[in-house]
Amino acid sequence: MSQRLTTLLTGLIAAGAATIAALPAQAQDAVKFGWAISKTGPNAGGATISLIPNYEMWVKEVNAAGGLKLGDKRVPITVVEYDDRSSSEEAVRAVERLINQDKVDFLLAPWGTGVNLAVGPVFARAGYPQLATTAVNERAVELGKRWPNSFWFLGQGSAGAGALVEVLSALRKDGKIGTNVAMVSVADGFGIDLSSAGRPLIEKAGFKLVYDKSYPVGTQDMAPIVTEVQRANPDVFIAFSYPPDTLGLTEQSRLLGFNPKVFYTGVGTAFPLYKQRFGANAQGVMGIGGWDASRPELQDYFKRHVAFANREPDRWASPITYASLQMLQQAIEKVGKIDRAAVIKELQTGSFETVVGTMKMKDNVPTNLWWVGQWQDGEFYGIAPATNPGAKAPLFPKPAWTAQ
Amino acid sequence: MIVIDALLSGVTLGGMYALIAMGLTLQYGVARIMNLSYGEFLIAAAFLAFWFFTGLGVNPLAGLAVVVPLAFAVNWAIYRVLLTRLVVRAKTRAALEVDSILATFGLLFVIQGIALVAFGGAYYSYSYLAVPVSVLGSTIAANRLVALAAAAVIGGGLYLVMTRTRLGTALRAVAVDPVAAQLVAIDIRAAAAFAFALGGGLVAAGGVLVSMFLTFSATMGVVFTMKALIVVIMGGVGNLLGCLVAGLMLGLAETLVSRFVDPGLTLAATFTLFLGILLWRPAGLFGKAAR
Repeated sequence: MSQRLTTLLTGLIAAGAATIAALPAQAQDAVKFGWAISKTGPNAGGATISLIPNYEMWVKEVNAAGGLKLGDKRVPITVVEYDDRSSSEEAVRAVERLINQDKVDFLLAPWGTGVNLAVGPVFARAGYPQLATTAVNERAVELGKRWPNSFWFLGQGSAGAGALVEVLSALRKDGKIGTNVAMVSVADGFGIDLSSAGRPLIEKAGFKLVYDKSYPVGTQDMAPIVTEVQRANPDVFIAFSYPPDTLGLTEQSRLLGFNPKVFYTGVGTAFPLYKQRFGANAQGVMGIGGWDASRPELQDYFKRHVAFANREPDRWASPITYASLQMLQQAIEKVGKIDRAAVIKELQTGSFETVVGTMKMKDNVPTNLWWVGQWQDGEFYGIAPATNPGAKAPLFPKPAWTAQ
Repeated sequence: MIVIDALLSGVTLGGMYALIAMGLTLQYGVARIMNLSYGEFLIAAAFLAFWFFTGLGVNPLAGLAVVVPLAFAVNWAIYRVLLTRLVVRAKTRAALEVDSILATFGLLFVIQGIALVAFGGAYYSYSYLAVPVSVLGSTIAANRLVALAAAAVIGGGLYLVMTRTRLGTALRAVAVDPVAAQLVAIDIRAAAAFAFALGGGLVAAGGVLVSMFLTFSATMGVVFTMKALIVVIMGGVGNLLGCLVAGLMLGLAETLVSRFVDPGLTLAATFTLFLGILLWRPAGLFGKAAR
């Protein structure tokens, strides 16, 4: 009896072992990606231009090639998408749903500094890499330490203000501009961050702020501001503005014939909408962002973006978003399996070839970024930091506005 | 000259605010519908103007001839199909207001959704008549002057219609007391539908005109609804003259504060003015307290 029992048990164990050995180690048919993004609400404008086309184009391209290479097979990407309605609370809820109910393998980041900060703790607790490509935040390095899973691709606003001041200082050294600077900023995160960082840097560089005011978000009439600035007669006009105000300030300046030698506007200057709206009048306008348009990889990316989304990419966050996705893909494929902690480590330490060049993170922030761009002959070229490969010399002075 | 400059700028901005708000004062005052989707119609009209201008090469002012009747018809249909049931069902004015808020809130998302599908969430902007015009020594954009002129003409014309014609008097009667209006053989359903549709036509005209100089996107409707609501309540619900005056006051306040005090205080100033007016006259500048 015990012999039969032994044989039976041995047979069962052998069968069990054979069955277990025959099962694949991880049955992964698809890699599930998820994102909560602003498809409606005030953030929809920015998200539609910078994030949505890049996310969707990247997924389509990866799947067209068969999918992500995990080990020795290619696994397609499936997507779960939620609309965060431009609300931080909604974004947090959506991300938690993606993590806990949809059980996605990887999350892509939402749009905007505020929303990325709001979902940061959720990403961090669950250990998902957060590639924030549309957040400018002074605490980027500090957040990278607190949440090692978070990567802040647009760095710190003070770097942006600093790069602009360097451009101005160089111009002043050459005797091209005087010391009078007028600065306006939108009374929201972006404007406040950059103007607070810019103010001391401007004064330390020996410039004088002849006009320094902020205006509420959504101000539709820029005439009073531009008229006052014009009366102060500055050589340099800086506006840390949002897209509607960027267009409004430019339009008002053109109408009133306000022609400072340097004209810089904020978010929105790098959008193709700016070029469409102002045509030849965009020539010489500086703004935040920029890219090395001579790079063949970027020219190819540009063509693909136009073919996919029926519009040009913006020249600031769009290529960086696409590059971040390339980094993510390379990191996942290098790790070879869905191991988020390993992917995070790889993103932190690795070096990646992307459309914008070699990307390497230091303290979870890219080591080189474009901070000031300028419209020259129909393209928004990066001009600062001047040490970046491909930096173009600034066109000076900005040509006077012409009738449209 | 600085003062004239600022005053002119303020009046122009005020004219724009009044233009945006006139439709709502009709819809809320006469038809008693608190239309939360009001701004969406403005945006829809702006998109239509954009499409006419960039796609078909038709200038926005000519486009008005198509957009306004279209908006009138659409709003009339919405009132007949969607809102008449609420009117029939509501026992009191307050009940109708609450019902209409809920219904039009849903309508807001429907219209916004259509706009998002058609145009996406991106910003749109075009330039028409963006030529500087010198008025009394200061420079104003021609398109803003056109909006101001339109506000004056439409406001003035409507005021004359409301006070000098039979139809206008009927509308005013419905606004004051619908029950009594029925007693004098005014068809209140038809009058309310007409007022609602007329309000829709007005906001479409406003949308086409402001699209000439403002940047808009499919999700900006609520911003305009809020602005219009403030102007309407400050001027007195249902009163067109009040709407014009309130719009001008707000525009002037915003511009003067922006020029002579601090641009950052414009919101505070306009809301303080709004609160002040309401504390002084709770029914609005020209409004009459509800019975």
